[in-house]
Amino acid sequence: MAAILSRLSVAFLTNNVRLFALTLIFSLPLGLLLSFGSMSRFKPLAWLVKTVVWVIRGTPLMLQILIIYFGPGLMHMAFGWPRGSGGRVVAATVAFAINYACYFSEIYRGGIQGVPRGQQEAGQVLGMTRSQIFFRVTLLQMVKRIVPPMSNEIITLVKDTALANYISVMEIIMTAKEYTSAGLIWPLFFTGIYFLLFVGILTLLFGWVERKLDYFR
Amino acid sequence: MPILEATHLEKHFGATRVLNDISLSLEQGQALSIIGSSGSGKTTLLRCLNFLERPDGGTIAVKGEIIFDAADPSTQLERDIRKKRLHFGMVFQSFNLFPQYTALENVTLAGKLLAKEQPDFSQKKREIYARIEESGRELLARMGLADRAGHYPHQLSGGQQQRVAIARALALRPDILCFDEPTSALDPELTGEVLKVIRALAEERTTMIIVTHEMGFARDVSDQLIFMDGGVIVEQGDPHQVIENPQHERTKQFLRNYQQ
Repeated sequence: MAAILSRLSVAFLTNNVRLFALTLIFSLPLGLLLSFGSMSRFKPLAWLVKTVVWVIRGTPLMLQILIIYFGPGLMHMAFGWPRGSGGRVVAATVAFAINYACYFSEIYRGGIQGVPRGQQEAGQVLGMTRSQIFFRVTLLQMVKRIVPPMSNEIITLVKDTALANYISVMEIIMTAKEYTSAGLIWPLFFTGIYFLLFVGILTLLFGWVERKLDYFR
Repeated sequence: MPILEATHLEKHFGATRVLNDISLSLEQGQALSIIGSSGSGKTTLLRCLNFLERPDGGTIAVKGEIIFDAADPSTQLERDIRKKRLHFGMVFQSFNLFPQYTALENVTLAGKLLAKEQPDFSQKKREIYARIEESGRELLARMGLADRAGHYPHQLSGGQQQRVAIARALALRPDILCFDEPTSALDPELTGEVLKVIRALAEERTTMIIVTHEMGFARDVSDQLIFMDGGVIVEQGDPHQVIENPQHERTKQFLRNYQQ
């Protein structure tokens, strides 16, 4: 049993948690860029970004993972993923980062547009530059607004990391499933506990962030 | 030479003509009040002066220098507009304080950001910031808010918030201070404290443009009064003259409705 648990732990930390962390590192800033694109006054850019967001949000993440992993090879592109499990993890990270960036971009857009226009105008008449207005005035108000929807999305991401097993990334559920052929069901139940604990920690973290931002309205 | 001179300002929103051939001039140390019903264009006029809206026609000159000419694109460059805005201070109807900053931080933020553009900023950062904070505290004290410097906007009443907003606008020492219906969002019992502050500024000969519905206040504090209707200046002149002895039928009608 100890051997199985340690294998599950390793699978969870090296695949699920790592994929989770890498996805956030890339998708949080990429989502912000996409949200600026979708709000751009340069209409062709706004339409392009909105179309990309529509396609990515409108198709299953599972399909995106398969196409991004198998696409380069099967379509005879010059580019290819590295061989072996490393390449699969990279492909999964790319698919997840693009997918989540699109969801985040819409949350950011809602958050930015939810900040009253008067805030920006107050910055303007005080001689602030556009970037000063964004970083000094809008950003924190936006962050406060988006904590609840972002925490939803980020919790979904924890569980979505299991989808990486479609391209044979040895994540925790796939690892536990191997034991069903040996007649063991409890490893599968245990995977649930790992997810619950991880999401529990995140929930506490989001609660803390919300309280930290409670000093203003 | 007038400190502000606007000539033939025009502004359209689509097919709607919001400002039509507006010309006005203001001397240093004078207060100008603008009255008129909602939709008469008085707020748009103020927003044009602050470049929150761009006029479609006309010119704006401050201290004799043309800072905007609708016919001359070189006066409309985005990078210059930011600096030109600093001729004007703006106090909004809905205060627009930054909620995540304290009263003092609201007053000093823009000054600290502008100070970074000074060539000697990195050597004298401490001194410069100390000076900005000191003058910020003085401004809050002048507004009667010395004990509220560390409060966040949501901890202040509407009247206190608006006084912080006035301090914030004064902090950059604008040539002309603009008020856009500064008491319209306040409970009646809180308007007095804000009007008192503006009255004191008028007594100190602060150059001001005040868009307001407070007719008695406009009559008492201003040196010049403009009545606008339908995007044009219907009547302008001495405030007592205009309010007590209006010449135009539209002005009479407006004042009659107001009195009822």
